[in-house]
Amino acid sequence: MEGNVNMIGYGLAAIGPGVGIGLIFAAYINGVARQPEAQGRLQTIAFLGMALTEALAIIGIALAFAL
Amino acid sequence: MSLVRLASGESFTPPGPADFRLPPVFGDSVFFTKPYFLLVLAALLVVWFFVATSRPSAVVPSRLQFAGEAAYNFVRNSIARDVIGSHEFMKYVPYLVALFFFILVNNYFALIPFIQYPTFSQTGFVYGLALLTWVVYNGVGIRRHGFVGYWKHQSVPPGVKGPILGLIVPLEFMSNILVRPFTLSVRLFANMFAGHLLLLLFALGGEYLILEAGNAVYIPMGVLSLLMGLIVSGLEMLVLGIQAYVFTLLTALYISGALAEEH
Repeated sequence: MEGNVNMIGYGLAAIGPGVGIGLIFAAYINGVARQPEAQGRLQTIAFLGMALTEALAIIGIALAFAL
Repeated sequence: MSLVRLASGESFTPPGPADFRLPPVFGDSVFFTKPYFLLVLAALLVVWFFVATSRPSAVVPSRLQFAGEAAYNFVRNSIARDVIGSHEFMKYVPYLVALFFFILVNNYFALIPFIQYPTFSQTGFVYGLALLTWVVYNGVGIRRHGFVGYWKHQSVPPGVKGPILGLIVPLEFMSNILVRPFTLSVRLFANMFAGHLLLLLFALGGEYLILEAGNAVYIPMGVLSLLMGLIVSGLEMLVLGIQAYVFTLLTALYISGALAEEH
């Protein structure tokens, strides 16, 4: 087996953002189910939250290749 | 992977960052590579699309004009107006529309047959885009609040007093001015890069297992690998659009944050 140990670290590091994005979209789906007319407003917030949470995973993948 | 290597002579080399460095199309210049031409092609496509759809500007729109207006309205209403607010969003709509469709076309190059290369898996292009956004939101902020007022606006959150400011101000400055362009560019780059790498891995792995592994046992696994590649393509189709949306949305948010009045 060849490969870089960094990738194992990245896999572990991606758990956190994965859980975070799951929580964000769970809340988004809940919100839309309760109040469908709020979808437009919630969508922006959900994607903003996703972008911010995802930043962690992205910094992880960049560093996994760079270090 | 080690089993496969034992069974046949030559080993499988997984795709890596080196696969993204393409040779020049002509000559020795490192400038004229495939992503460079794709970038130009994307710009021409976006300009052509919006000129072609808006030039007739008929009262009863043709099908093409309707498509152009729907595309424009999507960015105008659901990104610019919702985020920046209905007072002054019109000034920023041209930049946001151009940004969104430029990124969208460049991203979907990843899945178009015979092109199949997401331009923004090259960091340099993404840094350029993020720099443009950085200049735009800082520029409008400075114009609105004045030079000193703007730095105060971005680094001193309202309602914070006392010694805690010593902690908050550097953090806010870092996050609003220094880290934003970095995360903005790396988000787009890493998504394009990782998605393309995944497709490469499944396609090359499938090809290797079917044709080069030299053992019939591996052929079903190769077929499975190619199937996975197909599924990942479906996922990519979603991700490519979302990333263009997120980049534009964040640009709009940064602009609206720079414009916001103190409470």
